[in-house]
Amino acid sequence: MDPVLDACGITKRYGDTAVLAGVDLQIPAGSVLALLGANGAGKTTMVRVLATLLRPDAGTAQIAGHDVLTEPDAVRGVIGLTGQFVAVDDVLTGAENLALMTRLAHLPRVERASRVRMLLEKFDLSAAAQRRVSTYSGGMRRRLDLALSLVRAPRLLFLDEPTTGLDPASREAMWAAVQDLVADGTAVLLTTQYLQEADRLADRIVVLDHGRVAAAGSADELKAAFGREVVRLSVCDPLSALRLLGDRAAIDATGTVDVSTDGSAEAVRRLLVELHHAGVVVDRIALERPTLDDVFLGLTARAAHGVDA
Amino acid sequence: MKAIAVAWGDNTAMIGRSLRRSSRDVEALVTAIMLPIVLMLLFVFVFGGAIDTGTYVVPGIILVCAGFGASSTAVAVCSDMVNGIVDRFRSMQIVSSAVLTGHVVASLARNLVAMTLVVAVAIMMGWRPTTNPARWLGAVGMVMLFMLAFSWLSAALGMVARSPDAATGFTFLFLFLPYASSAFVPVDTMPTWLQGFATHQPVTPVIETLRGLLMGGPVTSSAWLAIAWCLAIAALSWTAAVDLFVRRTG
Repeated sequence: MDPVLDACGITKRYGDTAVLAGVDLQIPAGSVLALLGANGAGKTTMVRVLATLLRPDAGTAQIAGHDVLTEPDAVRGVIGLTGQFVAVDDVLTGAENLALMTRLAHLPRVERASRVRMLLEKFDLSAAAQRRVSTYSGGMRRRLDLALSLVRAPRLLFLDEPTTGLDPASREAMWAAVQDLVADGTAVLLTTQYLQEADRLADRIVVLDHGRVAAAGSADELKAAFGREVVRLSVCDPLSALRLLGDRAAIDATGTVDVSTDGSAEAVRRLLVELHHAGVVVDRIALERPTLDDVFLGLTARAAHGVDA
Repeated sequence: MKAIAVAWGDNTAMIGRSLRRSSRDVEALVTAIMLPIVLMLLFVFVFGGAIDTGTYVVPGIILVCAGFGASSTAVAVCSDMVNGIVDRFRSMQIVSSAVLTGHVVASLARNLVAMTLVVAVAIMMGWRPTTNPARWLGAVGMVMLFMLAFSWLSAALGMVARSPDAATGFTFLFLFLPYASSAFVPVDTMPTWLQGFATHQPVTPVIETLRGLLMGGPVTSSAWLAIAWCLAIAALSWTAAVDLFVRRTG
């Protein structure tokens, strides 16, 4: 089946600066792609190009078979956008905001009221439906914002840093709502600065760095490719362990010696044998899996040093 | 046919939104209604001895009021543009001019309310305009066309302004134009350098038409000029505003 989003070579420059330098993205139906990157890596620009808000300088993109550049209007009919800044009308009530969107989404008249009720309920806003949005908390505003994007079930939903500034409970609710959508077949393009969010939601992760794809793959693939598994050793004599292992090891504040490995049993066995032969007694060992944070920091640090990823 | 139905739906939805917003911004609404009335009382009581109140002040105040009301469109449009909500609208499959149309129509509605009150207060104060219904209708039409033209100009300026505060600054233009016209005093009492501008700027034929219609007198030549000015301003501003809206990349 064709992917819902198929973008190829998207390029956008401002003056001499290439904000996007030929980015390819594909998202199949019912899956989440997370776009990771530091501030200024080009995440929001990519979202704006794909959501028909910004014309790219080069590249092509199709969303559900419609060309973003030549059929923007058709594309707008199949996407939903929850942008970086909450896009709700503060002067209107929650219910009025939703009712306005049902009209603008051209829902048949008879379906509008029930759709509004359903979304208010789903996003736990029924009690606040008749209050002006200016009285809402940050979490409520974000939930309403997402609800407004879902008035007409989109084929592709853009979520640009949807949980920035939310408390943990609201974040959890947001994640659950996204997972429901994906289960119903919606494709999601998520940008986030929270790697935990990407780890939790994303089927596939693309790391952007200075407008280029620095790495792409599932969370596990990225961890295996770019993260390093660490063996944590509790030893009686950390200093002699350090002398033996040199650069490969580091000692932390509690006296635990951390050794980077590729995570294979063979590597761990060789390490223990080496320590045993040198007479270093190991009390216990623990294996620490890499986190996406390690991957992300590693990748952006490599790029900063001019090394091709 | 379907396209027309969709456009109608989008526009009425946005007009509904802007009207709701207007009716809830009580401070702005009170200002929009009180300012013209205060202005008129000021003119009648302070300058009343020096200028012909009936002929000059009331039609002039109506235009100041219309201009002031129109300028509020700039603030409304600009507030939308600096808010994330415009990205939501622009990423939806809707008639792109509908957001602006909503603000312009709401501005017209606010303006008509203010105008009705100004006229009512003027009549209470002894102003005696024409009693000919056809001339009244013509006057109301002229004022509405003027408001429409300047509301669209205001919408275009709102697209250009970087902040609602900057947009407020544009009200200056709208308040200034009626003063530098024949609205309050005859043009030939002005210094020569200003006479050229005052005679040929758009507010002058509008005010001459209005005065002719309300107070009696010839209107035909100034009316055609006034209509031409208003239609030209409306058409150019509409094109510019919608084009800016579609292309604005934020």
